[in-house]
Amino acid sequence: MSDTEERQAAPDGTDADHEEPGTADSAVEEAAKSTPRGIPLRVQNLRKEFGGITAVADASFHVEAGSLTGLIGPNGAGKSTTFNCIAGVHRPTAGKVYFQGEDITGLRPEQVANKGLVRTFQIAREMEDMTVLENMMLAPRGQVGESLAYSVLPGLRDQVVTQEEDLRERAWETLEFFEIDHLAGDYAGSLSGGQRKLLEMARVLMTDPEMVLLDEPLAGVNPTLEKKLLERVHELRDQGLTFLLVEHDMDIIMNHCEHIIVMHQGKVLAEGGAEDIRNDDRVIDAYLGETL
Amino acid sequence: MSNSPRERLSVLRTRFSQGGGVNDAALLLVTMLALWVLFAAVGMYLQYDTAGVLGTVVNMTFLVAVYALAVLALNLQWGYAGLFNIGVAGFMAVGAYSVGILSGDPGGTPAGFGLPLPIGILGAMLIAALVGLVAAFPALRLRADYLAIATVAMSEIIRTTLLARPFAEITGAGQGFRNFPSNPARTLYYENPGDVTSEPNAIGEAVFGVFESLGVARTNLVVDLTYALLLLVIVGIVYVLSRRTGNSPFGRVLKAIREDELVAESLGKDTRLFKIKIFMLGCALMGLAGALWQGLGNQSVNPTTNFLPVLTFYIFIALIVGGSGSNTGSVLGGAVFAALLFLLPTYISNIVSTFNLTLPRPNSAVEAVTPLFSADPMPLVGFVVANIDSMRFIIIGVLLVWLMQNRPDGLLGHRKEVASSVDLMQRDRKRGQTAATDGGRSQGGESDE
Repeated sequence: MSDTEERQAAPDGTDADHEEPGTADSAVEEAAKSTPRGIPLRVQNLRKEFGGITAVADASFHVEAGSLTGLIGPNGAGKSTTFNCIAGVHRPTAGKVYFQGEDITGLRPEQVANKGLVRTFQIAREMEDMTVLENMMLAPRGQVGESLAYSVLPGLRDQVVTQEEDLRERAWETLEFFEIDHLAGDYAGSLSGGQRKLLEMARVLMTDPEMVLLDEPLAGVNPTLEKKLLERVHELRDQGLTFLLVEHDMDIIMNHCEHIIVMHQGKVLAEGGAEDIRNDDRVIDAYLGETL
Repeated sequence: MSNSPRERLSVLRTRFSQGGGVNDAALLLVTMLALWVLFAAVGMYLQYDTAGVLGTVVNMTFLVAVYALAVLALNLQWGYAGLFNIGVAGFMAVGAYSVGILSGDPGGTPAGFGLPLPIGILGAMLIAALVGLVAAFPALRLRADYLAIATVAMSEIIRTTLLARPFAEITGAGQGFRNFPSNPARTLYYENPGDVTSEPNAIGEAVFGVFESLGVARTNLVVDLTYALLLLVIVGIVYVLSRRTGNSPFGRVLKAIREDELVAESLGKDTRLFKIKIFMLGCALMGLAGALWQGLGNQSVNPTTNFLPVLTFYIFIALIVGGSGSNTGSVLGGAVFAALLFLLPTYISNIVSTFNLTLPRPNSAVEAVTPLFSADPMPLVGFVVANIDSMRFIIIGVLLVWLMQNRPDGLLGHRKEVASSVDLMQRDRKRGQTAATDGGRSQGGESDE
C-alpha cells in the first residue's frame, strides 16, 4: 500500500457484501452515489498481473467531476495497464473500479462504454475504409437502426431514418467544432495523423460520454493541431465533461491538468496540483532516475 | 406534402438513389441483358433450334441467379463483417436437404414430412441459421482464423453426416436425395406437379400453347424458364434487403467490426451479438440458396458430388471478382463468374470446331507444352480447347491471381457504399423548420417497397 492513500478516499465497499464496511469514508461513498457527478471515477487497490509480472500494484486514485485529471509516469509505470483495466480491455487481478458509484470492475469494453465512460486510443484507430462521417455516425449509443429488424422492415425503418437525420446534424456540428468538416466525405484512412486524433476525439463526443479517457492524445501531433486539440479539451471541460488524460509528456500535464496523478512501478506515487507534484521529492527522484 | 403520384415517385427515387441505387440497378439489368444476348448469340451461332437457344439462355439464367444468391449471403458475412466463412457449401447442403425432408413427399424414399413448400423453405433457412449458430457460437468469441477452421470443419462434418449409412433412411446417404417437392414453376403449370406424367392445368395449357407456337415444344424448358425468372425475382428481393442491411446503422457496426473490432467495442457496440446475428442471417440465406439451387432446381443431390469444399471457393471467387463489401458487386460477380467463367468455356470447343481448324490434339500436357520451345503454340491451344472443362479452372485461377495483383477490390469494390440510412453528405441545415418536407418523407416511407 502506498502512503498516498491517506490523501485520497480509502478503500470502501459500495457493494453490500464487502468484508470491511468503511467508517469515515462511507460518507464520501454515499456522496458519490447520491451525486453521481461528484466523483465519477474511483479506482481502489487496482492490481494487474501478467504471469509473474505485476504491472499495476494496488493503485488507488479518483477523478473529480468536471476536471481534467492527468495520469503521468515514466515508461513502464503501469499507466496504460491501469487505463486498459478501467476501459475493460484487461480484467484486473484484484481491486475495484467504480464509475459514478457503480462497480464496473471486469466489465467488457462495450459495457464500460455504454455506462458513459469512453476511451480513445494511443495510436488513433480509425475505421480506414469508412468515411469520416461514417466513423462519426458509428459512435452514438442507443441507435434504433442497430437492430436488424428496424433497419430492414419498411414500417420500422422510418424511425431509423429520422434518427439518422438527427445524428447526421450532430455529426456535422461536431466536425465543425473540431474544424475537420471539410474532410467529412473522405476516407478516414486518407487523414493525417493529427487529423485522425481530432476525428477520434470527435467520434468519442458523438457517444455523448459522461467522462472521456484520453490515451496519449497528443502523441505524434504537430504543435498547431496540438494547440487546437487542447483548446477543444478545455472548452469541453468547461462545459462539464470530465477527462482523464494519460501522457508521458510532463509539460503538457503540468500546464493543462488541475489534478495530477503520478504513477511509478505500478503504484500511485503522488497526487495533487501541478505545484505539489513539481515539488514532490519522490516524483523528482522517479523521473530523474528514469531520464538522467 | 407529397400527395400527387409524381411527387411521391420523386421522393421514392431520391430515397432509392441514395448510395447510387438507381445506377446500380441499371448496371445489373444491363449486365443481365448483355448476358442473355451473348448466350442467345452463342446458341444461334452453334445453329441450335429455338428451344436449344432458349435452353442455353435459361440454363445460364438459373446459374447466375443461384450464384448471385449465395454470393450475396457470403458478402453479408465476409464483405461486411469480415467473418471468414469457408463452409458455405455445408450451409447450402443443410438448406437443400432440409427443404427436401420438410416438404418432400411422405410416400417417397427417403420420406419427407410433406409440409407446404413455403414452410419447407423457411424451415430450411431457419435450420441453416441454427447450424450456423452452432458452428459460430464458440468460434466467434475467438480470433477470426478459428472461425474459418470451425466453418470448414462444420461443412465437412455436414457432408460426411449426410453420407453416413446410419442416417440413410433420412438422408439417402450415398444414394443421394431425390425426394424433393416440385418447384413452384411446375406447381403453377401442372395439375399434379409431383407426377412426371401429369397433365398441364389451364395456366399450363395456355403458356405451353404460346411457347409451342414459337417453336418450343419442350414443356420442361418452359417450366425451367419460369423457375429461373422466379429466382431472379428472389435475387432482387434479397439484393434490396441486403442493401438495406448494409446501408443502416446495423451495417455500419458490421463494417466497424471488419475494420477494428476493439474500437467498435470501445464505442459501446456488443460486437459478439452483431457477429452472431449477421452470421446466422448469412447462413439462412446460404440455406435458401441451397434449397432453391440443388434442392428445388436440380431436384437431386448427392454428397459425393455436390457440396464439396470447391463450391465454397467458387462462391468466394465470384465475390472477389465482383468486389467484396458491395451488394451490387456480389450480384455482378455471381453473374460474371457463373456465366462467363463457369458456363461459357463449355461452349468454346463447340465454337472452335465450327472454324474447321485442324488443331493438333496432344494426349498429355507434356506433349502440349514441349512444342512451345519450338515456338509452336498450336498444340497447347488444341490441348486447352479439348480439355476446356478442366482447363477453365486453371484459367479462373490465373484470373484470380491477376485480379489480386491488379484489381484487388474486384470489379466494384472500394467504391463509396456509405453505410447509412440517409445521405450523410446532404446536410439539412434548416432542419426543424421544414415540417412539410418531413411529412413528405415519412409518407414516402410508407409507400416504399
